[in-house]
Amino acid sequence: MEQKAKIPEMAQPSFNLGRLLKNNAVPILFIIICALGSYYARLPLPFLIAEITTRMARNSFLVISLIIPIIAGMGLNFGIVLGAMAAQFAFIATVFWQMQGVAGLTATVALTIPVAIVFGWLTGMLFNRTRGKEMITGIILSFFANGLYQLICLWVIGGVIPFPDESMVLPSGVGLRNTINLKAMHYALDNIVKWRYGMIGVPVMTFVAVALLCVGMIYLLKTKLGQDFRAVGQNQQIAGVAGINIDKVRILAIVFSTVLAALGQIIFLQNLGILTTYGSHVQVGTFAVAAILIGGASVSKATIGQALLGTFLFHTLFIVSPLAGKNLMGNPQVGEFFRVFVAYGVIGVALALHAWRGRSKK
Amino acid sequence: MAEQVRMEGNGLSERLKAIAADLGVPRLIIFAFLGAMVVAAFLLELPIDTLTGNILTRFGMNGILVLAMIPTMQVGMGPNFGLPLGITCGLVAATLSIEFGFTGLAGFLVSLAIAFPLGGAAGYAYGLLLNKVRGEEMTVGTYFGFSIVSLMSIFWAMAPYRSPEMIWPYGGSGLRVTITLQNHFDKILDHFLAFNVMGIDVPTGLLLFFFAACYLLWLFMRSRHGIAMTTVGNNIRFAESIGLNVNRYRLLGSTLSCALGAAGIIVYAQSYGFLQLYQAPLFMAFFAVGSILIGGASINHATIKHAVIGTFLFQSLLVVSLPVANLVVSENLSEVIRIIITNGIILYALSRRESGSEAR
Repeated sequence: MEQKAKIPEMAQPSFNLGRLLKNNAVPILFIIICALGSYYARLPLPFLIAEITTRMARNSFLVISLIIPIIAGMGLNFGIVLGAMAAQFAFIATVFWQMQGVAGLTATVALTIPVAIVFGWLTGMLFNRTRGKEMITGIILSFFANGLYQLICLWVIGGVIPFPDESMVLPSGVGLRNTINLKAMHYALDNIVKWRYGMIGVPVMTFVAVALLCVGMIYLLKTKLGQDFRAVGQNQQIAGVAGINIDKVRILAIVFSTVLAALGQIIFLQNLGILTTYGSHVQVGTFAVAAILIGGASVSKATIGQALLGTFLFHTLFIVSPLAGKNLMGNPQVGEFFRVFVAYGVIGVALALHAWRGRSKK
Repeated sequence: MAEQVRMEGNGLSERLKAIAADLGVPRLIIFAFLGAMVVAAFLLELPIDTLTGNILTRFGMNGILVLAMIPTMQVGMGPNFGLPLGITCGLVAATLSIEFGFTGLAGFLVSLAIAFPLGGAAGYAYGLLLNKVRGEEMTVGTYFGFSIVSLMSIFWAMAPYRSPEMIWPYGGSGLRVTITLQNHFDKILDHFLAFNVMGIDVPTGLLLFFFAACYLLWLFMRSRHGIAMTTVGNNIRFAESIGLNVNRYRLLGSTLSCALGAAGIIVYAQSYGFLQLYQAPLFMAFFAVGSILIGGASINHATIKHAVIGTFLFQSLLVVSLPVANLVVSENLSEVIRIIITNGIILYALSRRESGSEAR
């Protein structure tokens, strides 16, 4: 209680600009980069706003899915790639059954959730075995799972399981094609209610889904389970002494994250309207992690606000950097490489800072 | 007599069990898989002599990149996932040597002469970073390696090289994605003293070079500095208490690792015949890590033996499974197998309680 009383006092002394800048250095830096990039990209403003709206709608959910493991002290969950895979398996099934529209999307969600729970549970068990090395395990796990995913899509489908759909399977009859058309469920969620302002279309229901997720997340963190996440995140020993089943709480954190990521990937794909069988999921983890870090989150602390701000900044950068690179350096490839460098670099720096601070604390 | 045989059999099965426990399930699966592939290769009547030649070449070609893992693992920093740093240094060295117009053996030696110190210097700087993030070297290294690859992609796209063999033929800025070494040092080691036995092409020079590198590293790991590095890796507290400068030996580890990585990619490229720029080095570290772990290393303990055995097994598996997979299933499958095996063995090593290596 004493501590609680102290915090507002310390934050009060007028409006401390220096501290505000220092605490939010990363988002501020990226706001500047994005502003410069937008200036040099010379894109018409309505186009930029339309693009950002679309990308906010389709990516926010994935980024928010990272929050719970961070609170539970497990760091950045690179394993959300498995959630994305669960979503893609579900889509492969519903497209095969020729489902359509909202009904098809609902069926996809219903199929995805149990698969994602299983994937999340397995990931959580693995993370419990590699305690303290969750992040590197998550990174390697995402590569490993990608290998198994490819094995299933290239060989098991058609090779072991008969899959009589010529539009989805390669001409040889074994393995899925590179792209799967999701036309039947394209914009199934986005277009339920859509507000239009000239070029800009606002997918209202998608934003409602994101808003519901945010409210649900805030509520969850106030429940007993949410408190357990925090307790385990702060100190595993103390949480254990307090009678919390640490292993189970950690697994649950990953299950939540994986399921949310799977739902996020469904939102992402219904907006895109096309499933790149061997590519859609690969960068999901890296991009979501980079986004939340750009928003000012760290390995051990993240809020919904940071997730949303980060999504906004990261995707603004995504839209403007190829054009800015072309206009500044005369080479669109440079902008392309630059944004990939930013994604990787931000993660590297954030991880380094975390380890650095962790060490100086000890 | 019969009894004796049975007893020997018992002893053997027990010994086998002990070996199996020591190897771990994933390695057993890999060995079984390799065995199955070899049998399949015989049954499908694939050209065994060509395959063996390929195995020997790819063994020598990848070996030094795998050796590069030893210094960081032994000094307790874990596998060097930041190896792309060393690799890009090697690529810079090779492109410089081409730019200056060196050919043949001179080109190869000049590349090495630039690569080794350049990789070492980069590794030293990288080590300074890693010393600040002790305990998170693998995570930081992975993303540091990825960032370097993208940053260097910008470099390749903008660098003012002039050699017409390296820039795009229709002008424009930047280097090509793959640069052929045909007029430079393509297969300079492979063809040195090469001979043919029973249809098997033996790349003598390449193998000699690799074994020489193994021997030098072996000597180094047995020198005063090498033993100090191992001590730091085994027990950091103990190392501190006997007055070893832990950070200095960790720096030495990352320096040596990146220098070997830089030299390794040049040996790789001369055998492959091409320099691969841009995104090519992105995942090379993982395959090197996978190789040494298959050879029996653990996250913080690796020897030359592990590197040699691991590279041989891993490359044999890839060489044999490629045509088998192509004939039996589909073309992309061998790449998939490579990804699954590499990352599977790394996951296994990560999930193992490291009590064994602590005690050593």
